Amino acid sequence: MGDYIVLAISCILVKNILLSQYLGNCPFLGTSKKMETAVGMAMAVIFVLVLAGVITWLVEAYILKRFGLEYLRTISFILVIASLVQFVEMFLKKSMPALYAGLGIFLPLITTNCAVMGVCLININEEYTFMQSLVSSFAYAAGFGFALILFAGVRERILLARVPKPLQDTSIGLVTAGMLSLAFFAFKGMV
Amino acid sequence: MAKSVTQEFVKGLWNEIPPFRLVLGLCPTLAVTKSVENGIGMGLATTFVLVCSNILVSMMRKVIPPKVRIAAFIIIIATFVTVVELVMQAFTYPLFLTLGIFIPLIVVNCIVLGRAEAFAYKNGIMASIADGLGMGVGFTISLASLGAVREVLGSGTLLGKPIFGAGFEPFSFLVEAPGAFVALGLMLCLMNLCGKK
Repeated sequence: MGDYIVLAISCILVKNILLSQYLGNCPFLGTSKKMETAVGMAMAVIFVLVLAGVITWLVEAYILKRFGLEYLRTISFILVIASLVQFVEMFLKKSMPALYAGLGIFLPLITTNCAVMGVCLININEEYTFMQSLVSSFAYAAGFGFALILFAGVRERILLARVPKPLQDTSIGLVTAGMLSLAFFAFKGMV
Repeated sequence: MAKSVTQEFVKGLWNEIPPFRLVLGLCPTLAVTKSVENGIGMGLATTFVLVCSNILVSMMRKVIPPKVRIAAFIIIIATFVTVVELVMQAFTYPLFLTLGIFIPLIVVNCIVLGRAEAFAYKNGIMASIADGLGMGVGFTISLASLGAVREVLGSGTLLGKPIFGAGFEPFSFLVEAPGAFVALGLMLCLMNLCGKK
């Protein structure tokens, strides 16, 4: 049990998917201008990433490894993720309209969120067991949400600040992300 | 056709140069630009995928029904990424190891999917090739220049060779994650400054 907690903490803080692994940066900059969208995106990522992490682990272990098809990993993982997102979208629309209304517009974006695909690949590369993959998928997703929401908070304030013209928008966003990343950098060596 | 093939090519080099003008494909940009060499390698791999997928999407644009187009694009792109992955594993193994998971992640690089959707699906083959090549070369240039800034200042070398005297203290901050964000942010600012004139 202790091992899982250490793994979770290291995935959330030390190896934060956005700020130290550089994955999922497009939605990080794209959806962080408003707190509401950031929260929606964070929830959608947590939801999909846990499912995707588990399913791709099963695909790798029981289909690809078994038949020696590891070279098809990229193509099969992206197919799994794309169809999963589509399925989740349809499922939510039918059975949980309230949740769908909240996550709706963010779900299609997740297919091309490299954090999802990236974590699935990390799980395989690190040779995690099933439970470890489950924990790490959730923890990475939580780390994504955590960083995204923090960043959205900072960015809402930046809107009120007087930023020099050439630095506006994405540029100042990236510099801010750098500062935030510096804070996360301090966690290095903690676990 | 309103624009010539040359124009389609050139727009990727300055007016719409990714990832500066089109803020897409940031993850590989930030992750692999610790050195010029990695930047160029990643840029070329992406260019190959971009051109090939643009060709195929453009050729098949009349056959692919609009409803399933995204899924079709993803399969086409994933195929070419697998090709790149296997080729790199066979011929440039050290680079393959350094780039690591970022090679399979070209699949989810928004530039590639973005060009397929925004350009190749609506235009002819020649224009699509020019567009893919322009965007790819633009992306490579961006990665190489960002890589150069980070490598020269961050580790005091260029293409692996030391360029400063022994007394130079590198800003190792720049080769770490926070430096990547700040360097890209400042380069974007510089682009905006130049673009205004």
